[in-house]
Amino acid sequence: MALKTEHMVLNMGPQHPSTHGVLRLELEIEGELVNKVTPHLGYLHRCFEKHAEAMQYNQVVPYTDRLDYLASIGNNFGYALAVEKLMGIQVPERVEYIRVIMAELQRIASHLVAIGSNGADIGALTPFLYLFRDREHILSIIEETCGARMLYNYIWIGGLSHDIHPDFVRKTKEFVNYFKPTIVELDNLLSFNKIFIERTANIGILPVDTAINFGASGPTLRGSGIKFDLRRDDPYSIYDRFDFEIPVGKGLMGTVGDCWDRYNVRIREMEQSLRIIEQAVDNIPEGDVQSAIPKRIKPPKGTVYKRVENPRGELGYFIISDGTVNPFRVKVRAPSFVNLEVLGELCKGNLVADIIAILGSIDIVLGEVDR
Amino acid sequence: MKSAEEIFDILKKKFGDAVLSLDKDTPVEQIISIDPLKINLISKYLRENPELQFDSLMCLSGVDDANGIKVKDAEGNEIIEGGTLSVYYNLHSVSLKHKITLKVSTPRNDPQIESLEKIWKSANWHEREAFDLIGIKFLNHPDLRRILMPYDWDEFTEEISRHPLRKDYKNPEFYQGMKVPY
Amino acid sequence: MYQYFYDLTGNTIIATLIVAVFPLVNVLLVALIGVYLERKVSAWIQDRIGPNRTGPLGLFQTVADFLKMLQKEDATSTEIDSKLYNIAPVLVFTGSFAAYAAIPFSSKLIGSEADVGIFYVLAISSLVVGGILMAGWASNNKYSMLGAMRSAAQIISYEIPTAIIVLSIVMFTGTLSLDKISDMQTASFWNWNIFGGAELGLTKFLMIPFMFIGFLIIFISTLAEVNRTPFDIPEAESELVAGYFTEYCGMKWAMFMLSEYGNMFAVSAIVSILFFGGYHSPIGYLGNSIGVEWLIPFEQAFWFLAKGWFFILVQMWLRWTLPRLRVDQLMSLCWKYLIPYAFVNLIIIGIISLL
Repeated sequence: MALKTEHMVLNMGPQHPSTHGVLRLELEIEGELVNKVTPHLGYLHRCFEKHAEAMQYNQVVPYTDRLDYLASIGNNFGYALAVEKLMGIQVPERVEYIRVIMAELQRIASHLVAIGSNGADIGALTPFLYLFRDREHILSIIEETCGARMLYNYIWIGGLSHDIHPDFVRKTKEFVNYFKPTIVELDNLLSFNKIFIERTANIGILPVDTAINFGASGPTLRGSGIKFDLRRDDPYSIYDRFDFEIPVGKGLMGTVGDCWDRYNVRIREMEQSLRIIEQAVDNIPEGDVQSAIPKRIKPPKGTVYKRVENPRGELGYFIISDGTVNPFRVKVRAPSFVNLEVLGELCKGNLVADIIAILGSIDIVLGEVDR
Repeated sequence: MKSAEEIFDILKKKFGDAVLSLDKDTPVEQIISIDPLKINLISKYLRENPELQFDSLMCLSGVDDANGIKVKDAEGNEIIEGGTLSVYYNLHSVSLKHKITLKVSTPRNDPQIESLEKIWKSANWHEREAFDLIGIKFLNHPDLRRILMPYDWDEFTEEISRHPLRKDYKNPEFYQGMKVPY
Repeated sequence: MYQYFYDLTGNTIIATLIVAVFPLVNVLLVALIGVYLERKVSAWIQDRIGPNRTGPLGLFQTVADFLKMLQKEDATSTEIDSKLYNIAPVLVFTGSFAAYAAIPFSSKLIGSEADVGIFYVLAISSLVVGGILMAGWASNNKYSMLGAMRSAAQIISYEIPTAIIVLSIVMFTGTLSLDKISDMQTASFWNWNIFGGAELGLTKFLMIPFMFIGFLIIFISTLAEVNRTPFDIPEAESELVAGYFTEYCGMKWAMFMLSEYGNMFAVSAIVSILFFGGYHSPIGYLGNSIGVEWLIPFEQAFWFLAKGWFFILVQMWLRWTLPRLRVDQLMSLCWKYLIPYAFVNLIIIGIISLL
């Protein structure tokens, strides 16, 4: 007679060290084997979209900071671009350059956290602290410019809140020179560590057609081996002027689209961001950063969907204007929200320990999942 | 790479009346309006037609159009009656690199739209979100639950405070004994 | 040691008490210093400063933590199996500190000069598994449960390679007594077991590579037995929150921590006794050369502690450098690699000893 057995339901989160915030996962496990993963969201829901309807267009900017709080500049950037597109504002060259440099610095800072916490989840705590040390350099560069270290409220509609600091160019160059060798150090310490490869290669393989069908974007999509980057494929701002490559997952350590590929794409992307910064930082034209900011922001009636390449993927703002000073509807297409949906697909048949590795490699920020 | 007009012509030829109009009034986006109960067929065609290949649903946004009449209900709350709720679909083709926006509108008192979950998996959570925040029912959706709001939000609140992104939403007084507006 | 205190006091009870308290004091001291070192070492490795507020260089940090632990409320869940829940930390702690009874700190400083010393240490430290399983089950928490299961599987598996390597040393030296094993490696580091023992000859040189392999295997498997990274999956904080002691707090939790650091030193001591001469100095004694006989036991204790702490530092260094393995990889490392190699090593050492 067969014994009656039941699957154990393990509740991971909302308070758990490696769900990266207040994500709750309901795991159906059989011993250590995971049969089903059901994410439950909403623990960090802050009614961003409802708030935005009650605000004027320029007042929404600080709220966008809090979406993906590790990449606030990117969020500001996307929102500003969307409203500028709606109003037909042309921003000055200087603003464009500063925006791009800031966004790329932010991308590096954000990837550092992503890589570090991915490693920390797998048990390598030391790289995590090393990366936070490096991130500190970026934060202090941005802090000198706009006074904030995390929620910057820096990119405004039509301009910037502050002009760059006189030391900005020198410090950014110093950072670029400082950071290049640390990527090599990181590779030696973590990326090519045998145990790390064992834990991430061939785990959580995301085939490219599944990735597209699930709407995955950013490193999660590129890890599957497709060269798709909005900075190149749907260029915004002045990204079409710079020379950079789009790193994709090649399955170096295992299969294309596994956790290691997604991890590696982030590291290689940091190198490309450095390239963009190097090209841009010497060419910042003179000018005023606030001249194009409209006195009164009242876009014409209409809808706009603008998407930018945020560190975590495609960040889209869908804005409907009814011709008043308040947006009628602001919908955020948050990359983490869409990427997280893949998790259920990736985790089937893996071990509990792999869930952590996969979640870390998808790299979600609950601030924008729950909005 | 096809423009919105070309895509509209292809769809019009194929589906006739289910494709309602191409909206060009808006300054930046061109929007094709679709019949809400035919959207799944049209989407499937859009994805599978080799000339179009819309393999990715970027964004799905539920919108309360607030185009009904404002009336006062028995308790003196201002509610909207009649009019429509809409859903905007922002499609994108990774391989052909073109984009299109679709729009469906459905009556406010009985909002029903065919689900696209079978066509683009990314629609799943977006539709749950639209259901949660706007209150649009997606037909044939496999798992239509609330996603951002608490699962038991309905049980404790009145009709008017079910779906927060509707324009006539009113905060409930209490939720599970906790005072909501603080 | 018992004899010494009996002669000193002339009272069996006092002598017994002193001898019994000796391992307890040891394990507490080891844990106190171990926790402090862990923090400092991890800080140095990670480019931080570490504790620096409580006393000079933060030396009293662990003492302060310990006092805090003592004062903490013993908060427990209502759904626990309280008997098992309360026994578990005691059992785990007992398992780790009882092992100290047989460890020779110097030729004079041994709790018990048992003839079956190494056997006793292996046996008594298995108590820990029972305690861990009890803790995991009694906590009525799924994470604890998973952690306990992992831990039990891991410790039991890794005891096999440990035991095999110990067996090969026992075969080589012909004794189970830790004191005698240490004594056979006296005079110079060249006489250590890792360099093929004290007897000069062909066998000594043949033995060296296999002793090195044996040392590596026993070091890895003892690392796993005390649940240190990269084998810390039972308490992998990013997966299982804290593993089997998730539901514990205050003093009970502190007992788990004490036993962890106690175990670390115990296994380091065993490794240094088996392969690195135990308490014997690698370069000869100052006491001998200047003719001060009573200095020798102190020198021996110094060398023993130095060797033990060296291995603890290596364990810490590994912990803060490497990620952790997955549970199946951990098992396959043990069963597919360590155990077969250990067996082959055992046979080869046996053959060489016969030569």
